[in-house]
Parts: sequence; structure tokens; C-alpha cells
Amino acid sequence: MTQFLQTCLDAASLGSIFALSALGIGLLFGILRLANVAHGEFISTAAYSLIVPFTSVAAASELFIGKWHWAAVIPTVCAIVVVLALATERFVFRPLRSASAPVLMMASFTVSYILQNTVLMVYGSQARGVNLWYGLTQQIQWQGLRIPLIQIVTIAVTAVLMVSLSLFLKYSRFGIEVRAAAEDFRMARYLGVKANRVIGIAFAISGVLAAAVALLYLPQSGTINYAWGSPLALYGFVAVVVGGMGSLPGAVLGGFSIGIAITMLQVYLPPELKPFRDAFAFGLVIVILVVRPNGLFPVKHVMKRV
Amino acid sequence: MAVPANLPLRAAGLPALLIAGLGLVTLPVSLFAPPGVETFWTEILVRIILVTGFYIFIGNSGVFAFGHVAFACVGGYAAAWLSMNPMFKQIMLTGLPHWVQTLQLSPWAGVAAAAVMAALVALVVGAAIVRLSDIAASIATFAFLVVVNRIYSNWDSVTGGVAPLTNIPQFGSIWPTFLFAALALLTAYLFQRSRWGLMLKASRDDDVAALATGISVYRMRLAAFVLSAAVMGAGGAVYTYFLGILTVDVFYMGLTFLMLVMLVVGGAESLTGVVAGVIAVSTVAQILRLAEQGVQIGGTRLALPLGLQEITLGIFMVLVLVYRSDGITRGRELPLPRFLKANADAR
Repeated sequence: MTQFLQTCLDAASLGSIFALSALGIGLLFGILRLANVAHGEFISTAAYSLIVPFTSVAAASELFIGKWHWAAVIPTVCAIVVVLALATERFVFRPLRSASAPVLMMASFTVSYILQNTVLMVYGSQARGVNLWYGLTQQIQWQGLRIPLIQIVTIAVTAVLMVSLSLFLKYSRFGIEVRAAAEDFRMARYLGVKANRVIGIAFAISGVLAAAVALLYLPQSGTINYAWGSPLALYGFVAVVVGGMGSLPGAVLGGFSIGIAITMLQVYLPPELKPFRDAFAFGLVIVILVVRPNGLFPVKHVMKRV
Repeated sequence: MAVPANLPLRAAGLPALLIAGLGLVTLPVSLFAPPGVETFWTEILVRIILVTGFYIFIGNSGVFAFGHVAFACVGGYAAAWLSMNPMFKQIMLTGLPHWVQTLQLSPWAGVAAAAVMAALVALVVGAAIVRLSDIAASIATFAFLVVVNRIYSNWDSVTGGVAPLTNIPQFGSIWPTFLFAALALLTAYLFQRSRWGLMLKASRDDDVAALATGISVYRMRLAAFVLSAAVMGAGGAVYTYFLGILTVDVFYMGLTFLMLVMLVVGGAESLTGVVAGVIAVSTVAQILRLAEQGVQIGGTRLALPLGLQEITLGIFMVLVLVYRSDGITRGRELPLPRFLKANADAR
């Protein structure tokens, strides 16, 4: 029983990370039909901004922004990723606004390639140890459970972010515009929603979510390399597809489902099949796309736009 | 290869021209060029096979498939299984069936087998994937690439995992590679001029209208998917025989990106674009690579910082996507000289 509760806690914490990642991808997909492969590089950039560039490779890298007080670290990292996200929007995705969805995906693939190689050039290909917020990695003993503090923080922060995001989307003027654009972008523009502003807001939120993923996952993983963010974004993708492309609640539910599925597969899969965990997860994507193209949690307005 | 009866060979002016052009470069390269240049040109020929594989599906169907490199991976490993030195196979790849372990086929047979195996995999996967519409199909093929990579890099007893496979025989000459590149171009051309190819292009331009005229878009797409996978499989095998060593991560995101850049830069809707794109991007990449190595001027060494090659290539790609999304050929084919044009039908 204790073992099972422990697994559930792991699943909830991993699911929170995937849900945040999926939300960042799903938001842009809903509005722009952009399957943003570069989201992983937004996450990587957030993590790398914490350490000093051009330092010699050591077991634990010297912290740069990461050294500051947490109340300064969070807004700074968010700001860096938001600026990066807005820059890619301005220089790559805005000129391509009338392009087809696969061309947009190709473009985001390109952005991902450029950013990943930039990280590689500045920080090198060696994995770096990062000691961010050491206190959070400690464990609490409770009823025989070992609960890492960071898991509690992850789940709590995810809950807060989700509630505030849904309040923002539901009640603020900008949020309503974003939701209208996600439902029918052309109609929203006819009704006076400014395209550049809505898309800019979506990219900024996506950037904040990427920064949150990086800051919450980094204390758990401890080391980063140039491709650190890619798997997190790939799982975000899986979650978006599972939840029904373009649906934000679906993305969140999808994220938690994937987190639970991955944790359960990791625990209960026979040892000789464990290395194929990811193959199962991505095989699931194909199966779901074929069998339930609208995802496991379809929403009413998801339909093909002609 | 079977040539449809309604398609006279003399109409094949375009591939003849492209192949002759490639042959005209290959001849002096094989006779006079230093090894470095020969390697560079062989790599271009291999890439032409692979990009042609992408083109047969993407160019004719208009569906952006991101996963075709998975078929090159399947083909590359099929080639290694069949032609590696049996002694090493029995040590490294204990999970292979006994008859495969003792087998050592020539690279020619290896390429053919690789094409067949990739086509079979594509038939099964394609039957599900080509049903999907644009972005869903793109994501599904992307997921397929991840699945194949995860399986091949973890199935240690059969693929050797992430460890490189060595002792794979090589062709020993540039001409077999040239021959396969020519074959790939001819295959692509015959397909795009065939009844099926034309029906598929019709569905690319307007799928509703194509369905309304009774075209089974699903079947045409599946045919193109399987054919392109066969070419990718052969390309993966040729690549493996060219390198003489095989690692699983060669056939992943990096190669996918490079191939798609070449396809898009050349122009995804023309066969001429495939050749133009491969040569243009390979040349730019090679120049940047040389610049990274630097030039010695006097006592100082001038060199670009390492990694700038990839970044420049990426920026180049963004510029092409934004300013010339139909590529340097603008989707048109090479104009034929008059003596060939008299025989060829209007495009």
C-alpha cells in the first residue's frame, strides 16, 4: 500500500510537469495550429539561463541567475523565455501566418534546431550538474512515506498556475480574446480581436509555462544537457494528442494521464520491456490519432476547419 | 523495374537529363578527385536517394511526413544484418535467427532486401497513418520515428543497442551509389507520371475534388507511402554501406531535419528540386564546415566558431520558408532541351 501511494505521488508530480508542458504546446496549437517542436528548447533555455556560460566543465556548474534569491530567479527566468518566445513569434511565425500547419511545424523544427545548436555552441555538449534550490530536494517522512518536498511544490505550483490561467482565460478581456481565437481565429478577427496581440499573449503564456516546467523539473533531475527540454516537450505533445488537439482542459488531462501511464509502466512493466517504455508511449499516440482523432477527452467545438 | 506499357521510355527526358548531369560529375570525381572530394560527392548521391524517398510521398501527396528516416533506419539495419561479417554477428547480435547469423550477402542483395523490408513495414504502418489528415499525419509520422528509434536503440540482442555495428562491407567504388541514385530518380519520375501519381497529385491540389471524381485518396497515398519507404530503405542501406559502420542515432532527428531542409530548399514539388536542394544545401554546409576548420593566414588562424554551421543552416531554412516557400526551383522541373521536348508530353 505504501509502495502504491508512493507511486501515485510520483505519477501526480510527473503528470503536473507534463500537464504544464502540454498546456504550453496546446495553447499555441489551439490558436495557430502550430505544433511547436521548439517548446523543448524554450524549456532548455530556461534551465541554461541559470548557469554561467563559457565556464569550464565541472561536476556542478557555477550558478549565474540561479544564485539569486528565488523571488528574483523566477521572474528573471520567465522574462528571458518570454522574450525568446516573442522573438521567435516575431521573426519566424508571424511572417508564416498564412502558411499551412505542416509548414509551421517544419518552421518550429527549424527554430528548435537553431536554438539547440546555439545552446550547444555557448555551453558545450557535456552534461552539467545544477544545484538549484537544494533545500527542496529534501524528503519528508510521513506515515512511512518518503515525500520529496519538490514533488509537493510541483503539484501545488501546477495547481496555482492552472487555476490562475483558467481564471485569466475565463474572465479577463485578453483571456476571452485568446479563447475566441482558439475557437475560430478568422471569426474572432472579424469581431475586432487583434491577431498580433492575441498571438503575442499566447506565446508569452507558453514561455512562462516553459519556464515553470524548467524550474520545477530541474531540482529533480539535477543535471542538464543541450537536449534536456526535448523529452519534456515530446511528452507534452503526446499529452496534447491524447487530450484532443486544441483543447486546453484536454491537454491538462492528457498530461496527467501520460504522467500516470509512464510511472505505472516504469513500475509494473516487466524488466525486459522497460527500455521500450517510450516506444509504447509514442505508439499510443499513433493508435489514438487513428482510433480517436479527437482525443480521449473530446470537446464539442473541435472539428476540421475547411 | 516494370515500365507501364502506356509510358514510352523516350518520354523520360527529365530523369535522363538529371541522371546524365550527375553522371557527368561522377565520372571525373571517380577518376581524378582526391578522396575528400569523392566522399563529399558520394554523400551527395546518398542524400539524393534519401531526399527522393521523402519527395515521392511529400511531393506528390502534399502530406508532410516527418518520419521517413525511420525507414532508412529499418533499411540500414536490414543491410547490416544481411552483410555483416558472420563472426561478429554471432558475438554481438545473439538475438538474430540462426540462418541470418550465418548469412553474408553482397551489398547489392542487401540494398534490395532493405528496400523490401522497409516497404513491408510501411505497408503495415501506412495503412493506419495515411488515413489521417494533414497535421495529425505529420504528428503520427513523427511519433513513428520516435518509436522506431526507441526500439532499435534498446533491442540490444538484435540491433546491438546504441553501440555501433562495424565490419560491414563497403561498395569500394562510387558507381554503385550513383546507380542507386539514378534508380531512385527514375522510380520517382515513373511514379509521378503514372496514373496513380497523377491521381495523387490531383488529391494534393484539391482533395475534395479528387474524392468527388472517384479517386481513392487513401489507396494512392498508401501506394506512395510504401514506394517512398522502399526508396528510403534502399537509401539507408546504401548509406550504411558507404559508411561501413552503423549507429542508430544517425537515423534520427538530425538527418530528418537535414533531409527536410534539402527538400524544402530545392522545392518540395519537383524532382529537379530534390537534386538542386541536395547539391545546394550540401555545398553550403561543406563551405561552412571548412570555414569552421579555418584558414591559416600568416601566423593567425581565422575560423568560425564551432556550431555556427548548424545555426547558419537553420537561419537559411527560415529565410527559404518565409521568402521562397516553394524552393529555389519554385516547384518547376528543369526545362528540357528541344530534342528531348519534341518527344515528351506536356507536363
